[in-house]
Amino acid sequence: MAEEKKLFKVTIDNISVEVEPGTTILNAARQIGGDIVPPAMCYYSKLQGSGGKCRTCLVKVSKGSEADPRPMPKLVASCRTTVMDGMEVANITSPEVIEARKGVVEFLLLNHPLDCPVCDQAGECHLQDLSYEHGVSATRYEFKRRTFDKIDLGDHIQLHMTRCILCYRCVFTADQLTEKREHGILGRGEHAEISTYIKESLDNDFIGNVIDVCPVGALTDKTFRFKNRVWFLKPVDAHRDCENPKCCGKTTVWLRGNEVFRVTARKDQYGEVEAFICDTCRFEKKEATDWVIEGPRKISRASVISQGHYVGTVQPKETIEKVLDGRKPKLLMDIHSVSQVNRPDIDLSQIDGPAHSDDFNKKGVQ
Amino acid sequence: MNFWERMYLPAIIKGLGITFKHLFRKKATVRFPEEKRQFSPVFRGLHILNRDEEGRERCTACGLCAVACPAEAITMEAAERKPGEEHLYREEKYAARYEINMLRCIFCGFCEEACPKEAIYMTETFAPANYQRKGFIYGKDDLLIPDPKAKA
Repeated sequence: MAEEKKLFKVTIDNISVEVEPGTTILNAARQIGGDIVPPAMCYYSKLQGSGGKCRTCLVKVSKGSEADPRPMPKLVASCRTTVMDGMEVANITSPEVIEARKGVVEFLLLNHPLDCPVCDQAGECHLQDLSYEHGVSATRYEFKRRTFDKIDLGDHIQLHMTRCILCYRCVFTADQLTEKREHGILGRGEHAEISTYIKESLDNDFIGNVIDVCPVGALTDKTFRFKNRVWFLKPVDAHRDCENPKCCGKTTVWLRGNEVFRVTARKDQYGEVEAFICDTCRFEKKEATDWVIEGPRKISRASVISQGHYVGTVQPKETIEKVLDGRKPKLLMDIHSVSQVNRPDIDLSQIDGPAHSDDFNKKGVQ
Repeated sequence: MNFWERMYLPAIIKGLGITFKHLFRKKATVRFPEEKRQFSPVFRGLHILNRDEEGRERCTACGLCAVACPAEAITMEAAERKPGEEHLYREEKYAARYEINMLRCIFCGFCEEACPKEAIYMTETFAPANYQRKGFIYGKDDLLIPDPKAKA
């Protein structure tokens, strides 16, 4: 019997949408899009079993369903709650939800060091966005924040456990993408921390994706560490023929001039990667010739990364050579003769890890 | 015009009177190199990079001054602090290179406002004049204040 599948009608912030049974409230909201989508720190649509940990996506269900119109007694995590027919949900229209989210942000920031000036994730950090939009500017926490030493997870990944919000995304990524999971969460509650057994190095073809799924700066790319701020780089879509059959080879390459500073997967509007990429693409291919560049990556106008990147500009033609009968204008000063920054003899992007004092001093002037 | 007005003399004398009166008034200008006018406390002059009370550099090369700069005068390159350099730099990341192009700078003070580490300040001095463009590229050795501990 070819029976038509019944769609559930759900109303979120007075906007109705029909979705398939089994959809979560969060995904129903994403089908509508816009401001009413609850923020999510731990839910990741590409990872099975993710969600339900951070509580930022809390919403109020003011009407359970058509059959049982009672409201749900407490706020529910929208990434884990499936829709019912006739359900009515309030997200940004409910002051209760806004207030609860403020509390959640305060909780997430309890142990967060707020070292954004040092952190490489600053500018593309979901916790930054979340606390900017929903948080309060001061903390009421009076105790010492928990601190950890930074740990190297393999050659290319740096773990700053102090910044971690325990979203478990990286654990799911390692579990589902790589053949062997080597890291997990040790301890419980206040003492929980991401770790590998006896700091065993993470060594897998796809383990670099934990950097992309990390919503904060807890897992960062060591080949990019302290090299540049993300908002000074120009993200472009690029691809290469990757030998790895599981890797799509479609990435975002972060350029400064002709230097490839960083390679990441392409992220959609919710900060989730479109397709996972392998570690060879991510860490090894730092030459502009390795990549076929497709064009500039679209970045939301609200992001600091898009500052100074103008769309649809037409550059005026250089007329000076025409006026001077083909002679070149006389250069009054070559900036490299004075400037110590961006020296042509130091390729920061080619240095393996973060630059140190000797990288700058080995050739010539201090 | 009557006769007196056609003479122009009263008007000339009146004008000269105003000129002479100004000779004995308080002068609006100062004789600059000898005499210096006091700056207002909010004057935005030449930049300095500050150190903390232990003499460590405060700047962590977060790039907020450079992104706030409307003239794009500030550039920097960051480096990681090595073990043993803790007495030099306050945080694990620091500016190995920090440069302000004073030809570009418009002294708006946005960098000072943007700085989360209280590292860059604008002082009450001018950028001195120079015969060449070269002299206006200020590196870290020009901007960083001397170590207060080294002097003592």
